[in-house]
Amino acid sequence: MSMTTPSATELLKEEEHHALKSREFGFWVYLMTDAIIFALLFATFVVMRQNFAGGPTSQEVFDLTHTAIETALLLVSSLTFGFATIAMTEGRAGKVVGWLIVTLILGLGFLAMEVIEFQGMIDKGAGPGVSGFLSAFFTLVGTHGLHVAFGSFAIAVMIGQVLAKGLTDPVRSRLFRLGLFWHFLDIVWIGIFSVVYLPGVM
Amino acid sequence: MDHSSERRTTTYLIGFALAVVLTAIPFAVVWTGALAGTAAYLLIAIAAVIQVGVHLVFFLHISFRSTPGENLFFLGFAAVLIFIMVGGSLWIMIDLHNRMM
Repeated sequence: MSMTTPSATELLKEEEHHALKSREFGFWVYLMTDAIIFALLFATFVVMRQNFAGGPTSQEVFDLTHTAIETALLLVSSLTFGFATIAMTEGRAGKVVGWLIVTLILGLGFLAMEVIEFQGMIDKGAGPGVSGFLSAFFTLVGTHGLHVAFGSFAIAVMIGQVLAKGLTDPVRSRLFRLGLFWHFLDIVWIGIFSVVYLPGVM
Repeated sequence: MDHSSERRTTTYLIGFALAVVLTAIPFAVVWTGALAGTAAYLLIAIAAVIQVGVHLVFFLHISFRSTPGENLFFLGFAAVLIFIMVGGSLWIMIDLHNRMM
């Protein structure tokens, strides 16, 4: 009986699998450090939340309906990214692209609403330079928005990769990591509406 | 194959339904003004913490059985760092605030 030795392609495949697994772990570590950044921005905001410096107060600048729609857009986009992940495990590239496009539209909708909100506040004289409260608000919510913008860009890139390369192992791994990132942003948003908007209008 | 993807879809839908309810409750309370002061803050905080858990379990698929130990370790480590840094900052700043009154 001869020993079965793995062929060169099998070894390469295994090597690639290991490399992708360690990248997924590395990405997880990045997400945790990102969570610490957000936590400290939250702490800064909580300290500054009453420092209106004679400028507009949180009751005057927040619109809860606007926030509710933003929340809905982001939550539904988390669900649609989940559907894209399921389609990926089924190996159906067309469905993956379809759900990613829906997710991208929802993400861009969220960004558009946030830009409208920021622009409206700045026009009303509630820009980031007015008070400690507004500086902390724009830093925290703006950082989250910047993450959503990067995530949306990455979704667009991944739509291109799925179309051009198909659902190869590296593409699957990237989509998995992007999914972690996207769900993570939704978790940060829970903190934002619970710490910034809801107490802000009470 | 088809069976397991059906189960995955159900998992996402359950998570989504829970998240909707846990979002609707605090929004409704603030909107209607049903609760005020400490009770309202407490309810918002509890709903938020539960919803973070729902997202971790149903969307990020964190579980003690299938998630690698290192990942759970870093999740716990980040939680400890956040607790020390955020808790410490708020403790110092709120104390300072009270003394400056």
